[in-house]
Amino acid sequence: MSYDFPDSTGHFGPYGGIFMAETLIPAVEELKQQYLRFRDDAEFKAEFAYELKHYVGRPSPIYHAKNWSSRLGGAQIYLKREDLNHTGAHKINNAIGQALLAKRMGKKRVIAETGAGMHGVATATVAARFGMECIVYMGAEDIQRQAPNVYRMKLLGAKVVPVESGSRTLKDACNEAIRDWVTNVESTFYIFGTAAGPHPYPMMVRDFQCVIGNEAKVQMPEMIGRQPDMVIACVGGGSNAIGLFYPYIEEKSVKIVGVEAGGLGLASGQHAAPLTSNSKVGVLHGNRVYLMQDDNGQIIETHSISAGLDYPGVGPEHCWLKDTGRAEYVAITDDEALQGFHDLCRLEGIIPALESSHALAYAAKIAPTMAKDKVLLVNLSGRGDKDINTVARLSGITL
Amino acid sequence: MSRLQSKFELLKQQQRKALIPFVTAGDPNPSVTVPLMHALVASGADVIELGVPFSDPMADGPVIQRASERALKHNVGLKDVLQLVADFRSKDNLTPVVLMGYGNPIEAMGWGKFAQRCADVGVDGVLTVDFPPEESHEAFEHLQKHGIDPIFLLAPTTNEARIKLVAKLARGYVYYVSLKGVTGAGNIDLTAITEKMPQLRAHIKLPIGVGFGIRDAQTAQAVAALCDGVVVGSRIVQEIEGSNENQILENVSRLIKEFRTAIDQA
Repeated sequence: MSYDFPDSTGHFGPYGGIFMAETLIPAVEELKQQYLRFRDDAEFKAEFAYELKHYVGRPSPIYHAKNWSSRLGGAQIYLKREDLNHTGAHKINNAIGQALLAKRMGKKRVIAETGAGMHGVATATVAARFGMECIVYMGAEDIQRQAPNVYRMKLLGAKVVPVESGSRTLKDACNEAIRDWVTNVESTFYIFGTAAGPHPYPMMVRDFQCVIGNEAKVQMPEMIGRQPDMVIACVGGGSNAIGLFYPYIEEKSVKIVGVEAGGLGLASGQHAAPLTSNSKVGVLHGNRVYLMQDDNGQIIETHSISAGLDYPGVGPEHCWLKDTGRAEYVAITDDEALQGFHDLCRLEGIIPALESSHALAYAAKIAPTMAKDKVLLVNLSGRGDKDINTVARLSGITL
Repeated sequence: MSRLQSKFELLKQQQRKALIPFVTAGDPNPSVTVPLMHALVASGADVIELGVPFSDPMADGPVIQRASERALKHNVGLKDVLQLVADFRSKDNLTPVVLMGYGNPIEAMGWGKFAQRCADVGVDGVLTVDFPPEESHEAFEHLQKHGIDPIFLLAPTTNEARIKLVAKLARGYVYYVSLKGVTGAGNIDLTAITEKMPQLRAHIKLPIGVGFGIRDAQTAQAVAALCDGVVVGSRIVQEIEGSNENQILENVSRLIKEFRTAIDQA
């Protein structure tokens, strides 16, 4: 039987769903109707494809990291270069898709949450491109660690609102964006950044991001005559990962591995790895997922070196892929990710995002255990320019 | 007959409207909550909505967010809230108590155990802000089994089909959110409520309470004329926040009496 999720009510097995306050339910329903209407619309598809090609610069290439592979002495590592997209990450794929939908729905105001700032930048970019007012909610803590992206958003004409509540990171930015949406529901389109949240977001974001895996499925045979043995991507909410994984779900010979943020190590409790740490299932931000929480069901503060992975939940489809065993989820610590970051800089001349560095670090861990003719495809989901302050600080350098 | 049903029938006989104050359990600390609940009743409250603190209160404005944060500093969890209700019930077996909050603390306890505990301690209704009827099958089953009323929200954006759906599932009363926004917002629109009410009444046979954005006695009076009960939350929580701990009961009591007087003149 072929894989066909979510079901019509937005569930991936027991995960997903629509858990929102009543005021927003009609908005989410309307979004679903409009998305289902335009998803298969020829004109919508053509416009999306045009923007991806001429504005984003797709298809993104696949690059054989020969130096690094040879240093590691095992499987060959190939990189899907989402870092070469306009705005420097995979986030733009989804932001364009949702902006095109917002335009068709007559919404002139868009809002977004952002962690690392890449989704905020992508949203600010498409808002400028399509002439929409743009407000981005960002945790005050993240504003500190991602200062260049904050200024980038402002240059693009967006208003960046610092969020001081809770842990002052991505989850709190989500809360605040939802509060804005409930207040301005009629005028506003919420451009949600990851494959989570209430249905239809997990499905819609996945569909827009699938261009990553769909391209790779064509590019890999062109390059090496076959599909890779394993596809690897980092998972925070999991949009870059599901974009690569989804087209490979039915390719049973391809192993699928998602890499969560192990922070200071799973045993420390200071991490952002709800899948790998066997967190309990719970409800937050509109969906039922594995969720980091205490015994009272309060959401706990997470830790990751990378702002984009610093989130207590994960998209519902990843929860389902974990339960069904189709994908495997592992955790990489801050230190391992940093090592991956530096290796890619020095050996390949590519500065990767700290988020993507988690996926790279896992590839570096597994490659030496595999034969030299095996192939790993890693999603290099974003570039690391935004992270140089963080990395410098950790190295004791002030820029 | 449930406490909520008896209370609303009594009010109907007396031709009065319900005053439904909201306070967050454990705010500013757990020792205040039970005396505060008794003070609310003594000052004229008909039903108490007791907020269950949650780390991520997405439907709440800053005032109730801070109340949650104060309670969570004292680690007030769902099981503590249930114990506070048990303590309240030792002296008051008549005033209906409705727990209001988000689904995750209940999910963490398990709906079966939660509904059982609600029945044991004397909780009358449960309002889970982020669980719409479509996702409430499990909740509904357990609450019904233990005779706890599921309270649902309706909003200005709710269409006719959803009003019918809520009409089928709701017990106790229905809570109409009077504005598009979070709790404590300032943009209540009386004309919009007036226009929406006939559509609600056409399907909802239960009493209808209206809340969100009712910040003074005058607004409460105007709203009371349109519905069966007035929910006041952020304004009371703000009073708690602005009071020295030893003056909370006095200040909140004075405020509740103002609302009571105004509503009774509606």
